[in-house]
Amino acid sequence: MQVLEQLVKEAQDLSRPSLVLADSEREVARQLQICNACRYCESFCAVFPAMTRRLSFAQNDIHYMANLCHNCGSCLHACQYAEPHDFAVNIPRSMAQVRVKTYETYAWPAFMGATYAKNGLWVALCLFASLALFISLLLPSPTQEAGNFYGLMSHNTMVSWFAPVFLFDVLALGIGVYRFMSKITPATSGAAVTTPAALEATHNIMSLKYLDGGHHEGCNNEDDAFTLWRQRMHHFTFYGFLLCFASTSVATLYHYFLGEQAPYAWGTLPKVLGVVGGLSLLVGTLGLGWLNLKRHPWHGDLKQKPMDLGFIALLALCAGTGLLLWLSHGTSFLPVMLATHLASIMALFLTLPYGKFAHGIYRSAALIRFSVEKRQPTGLVLKED
Amino acid sequence: MHDAPQDVLVEAYPEEEFWQDLLKVTGGLTNEEMARLAIRHSATCRPWMYKHGVRFQPSLSGALHTARTNAFFMGGGKALINAYFRSAQALGIAIDYDCTVVDLEVKDGQFQAAKAIHQLPDGSQREERIQAKSCVLACGGFESNLEKLKAAWGQNEWGEWTAENFLVRGTRYNHGVLIDVLRDLGADMIGDATQAHMVAIDARAPLYDGGICTRIDCVSLGVVVNKLAKRFYDEGEDFWPKRYAIWGRLVALQPGQIAYSITDAKAVGRFMPPVFDGTVCNTLEELAATLGLDTHTFMQTLNEYNQACQVGHFDHTALDDCHTEGITPVKSHWALPINTPPFYAYPVKPGITFTYLGLKTDKTTAVHFAGRASQNLFVAGEMMSGNVLGKGYTAGVGMTIGTAFGRIAGTSAALSVKSQTGQHRGPEIDNPSLSKEEHASA
Repeated sequence: MQVLEQLVKEAQDLSRPSLVLADSEREVARQLQICNACRYCESFCAVFPAMTRRLSFAQNDIHYMANLCHNCGSCLHACQYAEPHDFAVNIPRSMAQVRVKTYETYAWPAFMGATYAKNGLWVALCLFASLALFISLLLPSPTQEAGNFYGLMSHNTMVSWFAPVFLFDVLALGIGVYRFMSKITPATSGAAVTTPAALEATHNIMSLKYLDGGHHEGCNNEDDAFTLWRQRMHHFTFYGFLLCFASTSVATLYHYFLGEQAPYAWGTLPKVLGVVGGLSLLVGTLGLGWLNLKRHPWHGDLKQKPMDLGFIALLALCAGTGLLLWLSHGTSFLPVMLATHLASIMALFLTLPYGKFAHGIYRSAALIRFSVEKRQPTGLVLKED
Repeated sequence: MHDAPQDVLVEAYPEEEFWQDLLKVTGGLTNEEMARLAIRHSATCRPWMYKHGVRFQPSLSGALHTARTNAFFMGGGKALINAYFRSAQALGIAIDYDCTVVDLEVKDGQFQAAKAIHQLPDGSQREERIQAKSCVLACGGFESNLEKLKAAWGQNEWGEWTAENFLVRGTRYNHGVLIDVLRDLGADMIGDATQAHMVAIDARAPLYDGGICTRIDCVSLGVVVNKLAKRFYDEGEDFWPKRYAIWGRLVALQPGQIAYSITDAKAVGRFMPPVFDGTVCNTLEELAATLGLDTHTFMQTLNEYNQACQVGHFDHTALDDCHTEGITPVKSHWALPINTPPFYAYPVKPGITFTYLGLKTDKTTAVHFAGRASQNLFVAGEMMSGNVLGKGYTAGVGMTIGTAFGRIAGTSAALSVKSQTGQHRGPEIDNPSLSKEEHASA
């Protein structure tokens, strides 16, 4: 009878997921109760000001705050309750453990959330499949028209491969972040986004404000010293990525509206954007990869290293093969470079909604809600008026 | 102190006000010259701290009435220590870990050498004799040494060993070894062994290192009863940052060294959330029973208090006009009847932060032997805090003492070395460099 009651209770619990916290969520709630009674990390980032508005932490609060956390490490190195203290507070780690669960939980379609369990393997498989595809498509073909990759694969064929995947990415990430927002909006006052909030959030996202440690001297990497290199390398990566994306977008306009076909000459807009973006992305990803390998083992969740490094490596591969593709024009290396570059891009596209890339989307959403929530009254009367 | 707004500090906290605050909490058991030296130093030490990597932040949310008087370390005390150690390493200063200084050689009041024991990774020990031209002692008080605290506090009127129920808010390593060594060597001492910075903290805190998060900040929003279910002090005497430091001692003097902070639903959200959940009950009778208190006495105490409340305009951010009439002890402010369920209780015990008994010194921080200043042995921090704090505490004064006298002791030690190598006069003379240091603090 007891067993039956327990089974019934478990079933009931499962049907109310927001009331029952997973172990990783309970751990965040436990640690935040300690942090909320201390509050000395308040100026480091957005997590702690968000925390002081709350007296307890429900699942949606935890999901929101886990995505506000940038894993900068400042609070860990400052914490008197970090190990070897019995309280074993490690906010960057516990937040990272929940964060990946949120990517899993909100992923669309839901079964694809499983890719987060073995994300390194998933990225590798996508890359392998893409390589197989583009090598089989490109390498057997004659290479008479070296210097013009549309001789190897027509523009329309490329578009027919990449456009559907890209549009699917936009849809999948859009639905994921919509589901996430639906969950965290009521937990963050429910108020609508205002222009000042949107502007502030945009600034916080684009400047990567919360990797500056709150004192503009940066966050932590291998130890308690502050470094701006994580922020800088992320900027190289992020803005390099945007430039590459801009290059492709401009090239598309050239193609359809100006009737000008790639490859573009040096000095044209798509080329400049692509080369500068590619170099920036390469520098940024190599830097982030190096920093990641040197990172203090207590930062974040070691189990997520394959996901982090897999994504960094894939971006580096996209940038590196793109630059090599440019340099290989007019040589016999063109087909192989084109195949590897297209395969890297395809692997990136395949993994965008189911990999580390999601962090940018979910964190941006959380930062928008942070800027909205901080403008609302708290309901707590902890401060002098 | 600051005479005008200073980055994270608002308005002004003039020297005289800081001094009056200190005079009040110490009941006059202080040394005006030493106290004013520390106070003035606090106005100018922050750029130096900043230079060595310490960062400040505005008053924490929920910390009432500190925005004017207290500059908070960003990240707290461990971040401060990390920054100082990093700065020291950058200056080429060697730091030995797992190493305890157990004895000193002092000849005619002059430091000769220290005896240190290194704990080696293989579990063995290595003894080292460290010779130096000058030495600064900054070894903390004896707050981690429960045996010594027990001896100091003795047995109370109920036959209890008071200190057996103390919790140590900080490190487990401050045993006062060198305070004893120096006393045996004939150094001049100052302070009472039972005087310390003592806060009423959550009784469920760990024995060591519970730190700041174990604070219970709802005392002024309710009443506090002892284990006999009786009130024993005015919970609303003044703002909490000016009163939190007397409650450790108040609780220490109660039977069983335990008390219970009782509030109701009206207090929720008006104070810093405690680290451990409170006991929550829907009736006061149930609360008393759950806490194991005598229900009859508890209800009598609470009913008397509730009836005595003269409710005016409640405002916990000001010294409001809600007070009691006709009961003892009175509650001077924020006296609202405790009548809105659910009711909350938080058990509190004395949490000792640091002890005041230490070495008597002067404005150069020299250790004194029979009234004579040592030429090369100096002392800083908790070990000499008794020169400023005879009793009592005001928020942040411990860090003020540590920073001010730490820097002065370092300067004195450096001047001592200079004078020994013939480059300079001794520090006990009105030394130009030291005066400059003091001048900079003024």
